[in-house]
Amino acid sequence: MSRSKNKDRPAPAGRGRTILYSIAALFCLLGLADAVYLFVVALTGEAAACGGQAGCSEVLGSAYSRVAGIPVAAFGVAGYFAAFSFATFAAFNYPRARGFFAITVGLMFLGTLWFLYVQAFVLHAYCRFCLFSAAITFLLAGLVVAGPSPRAAEGD
Amino acid sequence: MKRYLPFLIVGLVAALAFGGGFALYRSKQTAAPTGAKDGATTGLHVRGKKDAAVTIEEFGDFECPPCSKMAVTLKKIEEEYGSRVRFIFHHFPLINHKHARPAAHAAEAADMQGRFWDMHDLLYKEQNNWSHAQDVFPLLHGYAGAIGLDVERFKKDMESETVQKRVDADHQLGSSRGVSSTPTVFVNNVAVPPASLDPSGLRKAITTALEEKGKTKP
Repeated sequence: MSRSKNKDRPAPAGRGRTILYSIAALFCLLGLADAVYLFVVALTGEAAACGGQAGCSEVLGSAYSRVAGIPVAAFGVAGYFAAFSFATFAAFNYPRARGFFAITVGLMFLGTLWFLYVQAFVLHAYCRFCLFSAAITFLLAGLVVAGPSPRAAEGD
Repeated sequence: MKRYLPFLIVGLVAALAFGGGFALYRSKQTAAPTGAKDGATTGLHVRGKKDAAVTIEEFGDFECPPCSKMAVTLKKIEEEYGSRVRFIFHHFPLINHKHARPAAHAAEAADMQGRFWDMHDLLYKEQNNWSHAQDVFPLLHGYAGAIGLDVERFKKDMESETVQKRVDADHQLGSSRGVSSTPTVFVNNVAVPPASLDPSGLRKAITTALEEKGKTKP
């Protein structure tokens, strides 16, 4: 990862990008906390019960909550942690991190669309923790779209 | 230093996520429900012989989908293990389930005409219908008629103080034993972890209990 502009004083546009990716990193932290909680709930088996703090047993206890026996929340933890890491590096002007961040958020966005479809049209039930995660992913996707394109940023 | 700062931040967040997750997992493990302190496992609604080697106790909520699945599993287990198991049901209607308490009252009102288990089975079977109803009472009254109860008496009993006290007593019993979610199942007074509340997990718990009692496998 290039650090060619490390000694440059941050130009206003660069500072804006740093703020943008810092905000993205903070959103990722919220998503990570949510995903860690859901992962723990899946491990303890609480997900498949009613009345825990989750209160979303229909979603978390369904067959769609696991892929090859692995709780979907584990992929959420991995996704948010990767997105957080790339956003942090991007905030510190590692240009390639911006591309990786965009790709990670894009994949998470597609996954979120799938899980929203499952909740709305297959299970007819919603889990508020899953909806919170979806909202975070949409916000991240919004930041990716609103921010400078990774290629343009690399060319700065 | 600034060069290493992102690595430091990412490492710190990884450690916090792992540590926080682990602490949460541990706290949930230690908050597991406990068996009855005096070892006496009894209740109003018991199926099976009193001297059965294994007693399965369930704290259930009629509006809870996993409880509905559990009812099917427990039926199979009772058939499989026969007279070696007995089953006790306790009410634990959850606040976030709008119709759970009227359903519990319906089961108790049915019990006053000697038909608790018929209503228990019907409520779980029809859960998907009544749990989404705007007004649950006509449906519950209909179920009472369907299982041959005196509907007018059933309606009065549903509103009675006796029924309310029975449901409250079960709920208090559950709370005193650390029950916070449904289904919560005890096998010979030992809580089955939620992750093991599937047919194989329950069979394992029953087999262990039977072995402890010196009985043979089915």
